[in-house]
Amino acid sequence: MTDKRIQQTPSSTDRPIIEIIGMHKWFGEFHVLSDINLHVLEKERIVICGPSGSGKSTLIRCINRLEEHQRGQIFVDGIELTNDIKNIEKVRAEVGMVFQHFNLFPHLTIVENLTLGPIWVRKMPKKEAEETAMMYLEKVKIAEQAKKYPGQLSGGQQQRVAIARSLCMNPRVMLFDEPTSALDPEMIKEVLDVMIDLAEEGMTMLVVSHEMGFAKRVADRVLFMDEGQIVEQNNPHDFFDNPQHERTKLFLSQIL
Amino acid sequence: MRQPNSTTTREYLKPPITEVGVLGWIRQNLFNSWFNSLVTLLALYGLYVTILPLFKWAFVDSLWFSSADACRDIDGACWSIIPANARFIFFGFFPEDQQWRPLTAMILLFALVFYTQDRRSWNRALFPIWACGLVLMGWLMHGGLGLPVVETAKWSGLPLTLMLSLFGMVSAYPLGILLALGRRSKLPAIKSLCVLYIELIRGVPLISMLFMSSIMFPLFLPEGINIDKVLRAQVAIILFTAAYIAEVVRGGLQAIPNGQYEAADSLGLNYGQAMRLIILPQSLKIVIPPSVGILISAFKDTSLVVIIALYDVLKTTKVTLSNPKWMGSSTEAYLFLAVLYFIFCYAMSSYSRKLEKTLHTGH
Repeated sequence: MTDKRIQQTPSSTDRPIIEIIGMHKWFGEFHVLSDINLHVLEKERIVICGPSGSGKSTLIRCINRLEEHQRGQIFVDGIELTNDIKNIEKVRAEVGMVFQHFNLFPHLTIVENLTLGPIWVRKMPKKEAEETAMMYLEKVKIAEQAKKYPGQLSGGQQQRVAIARSLCMNPRVMLFDEPTSALDPEMIKEVLDVMIDLAEEGMTMLVVSHEMGFAKRVADRVLFMDEGQIVEQNNPHDFFDNPQHERTKLFLSQIL
Repeated sequence: MRQPNSTTTREYLKPPITEVGVLGWIRQNLFNSWFNSLVTLLALYGLYVTILPLFKWAFVDSLWFSSADACRDIDGACWSIIPANARFIFFGFFPEDQQWRPLTAMILLFALVFYTQDRRSWNRALFPIWACGLVLMGWLMHGGLGLPVVETAKWSGLPLTLMLSLFGMVSAYPLGILLALGRRSKLPAIKSLCVLYIELIRGVPLISMLFMSSIMFPLFLPEGINIDKVLRAQVAIILFTAAYIAEVVRGGLQAIPNGQYEAADSLGLNYGQAMRLIILPQSLKIVIPPSVGILISAFKDTSLVVIIALYDVLKTTKVTLSNPKWMGSSTEAYLFLAVLYFIFCYAMSSYSRKLEKTLHTGH
């Protein structure tokens, strides 16, 4: 990865697309997220890092309500996440999610994986959905595999398909939950390259990752989480070169 | 020093004749020690004393198309009982001059099943085709609109068996799926209702369900209302089979990794879409083998309707045997029935294997 940072101005629109206010979450008795406050602006790219068990995956899973929060408020594009299932479905259609283990649908072909959401959620005609799907498959450089099943693809290819599947829904925000952690080293680059392209196009992204090279290159802000709290957040330059908090220093010394 | 391999010097030898082919196999598996040789010889002798007389009884000394009297003088099988009584065994009390109707209905049924087994015909047209076929079959069996009406009490033999089992399976499966989904529901009322239903039904033998449907159930109906006996038995079979299907399907639902539910949710699919498009196709594929097991036993269990005086193909055969002329041929009659049941059950199980193969997508 090069040192070149992508130039952009995150505050070009001042409207936060994600607003988290005083949010707490418990798993049973365990207080997994504590007093989370986070504003994400449109086109902003945020990388979240931290030791395992620090609640970083849980945090982004709260944003599309794969996890429920118990206190505080979360707004996505102005819609508050409550128990209202219609609101949740609306938010989920606007928020793409890429998982550590890809979670492609193994009984459907690649192109069917991509067209499912547009056809059933967006009510797009099948032909149009297929054209969109092929366009995104070209984009992640995997169009020739369209008729195959996920089980016939390598991990890196599957993750690129998963990204394309989210993009087909034309999301406002993309969430990445450790997208490269389950991949063999030689496949990490092909996935990161796709994510870098996406960042360059101005997609709003929240990425849980330990890929510090990626963070340095594309992030506008790096968040460090520990024990369910956002301990430190800063631009990548200051975050890596001049960490403020002891725990951040310790963490960085362990992974760099 | 060794020469490097090259095609010009390398000589390809055949393996020794005693190691491959039929001879090699026999040597390796049947005569590889003195003990195994002894076991092989004993087994061959055992087959000689059992299979040979059986073959002689069934095919050499047997009669296939004769009168009952001719059978008395032979040592072999009297298969004549089947052709001589075929009409009654297959169609029972259905009026003789109308028997083309159940025959046509059955042919229609087989044609529909044959059409459906091809995966290419699984499309939107399938449902209306079956609906038309079923209406047509109902009309042929029951009559009306120009055909003389035949009461369901006279429906008997093979059409009754096939009807009870086919409708039993086809209706029990969706009901079982709903029960399985209900049992996993987050809503306590739905969940406990489904658990109660499944556990109650599974705790009761089919025979008692049939008795209840035929004897107890009418007692609760207001006077003058009479629900058809065949229909009541059919409902009992459906309710019974559904409870078993439900538990099998629930097992399949639990085998689907959480990530699939999450991926479906994060695309914005609602519950119904996620189940129909993502979860059920995968879990139903996993449970093909146990489901077919249940369907096969449901098929065989339809013969229990004899206890509420319905004449399925097993009962019509027994009635034939109560005729003094044919009383002596019960072995042949039951063997015939066994073969008949086997054909249907084997067809189901080999179709399920074929289905598993065609639905496999390499994961």
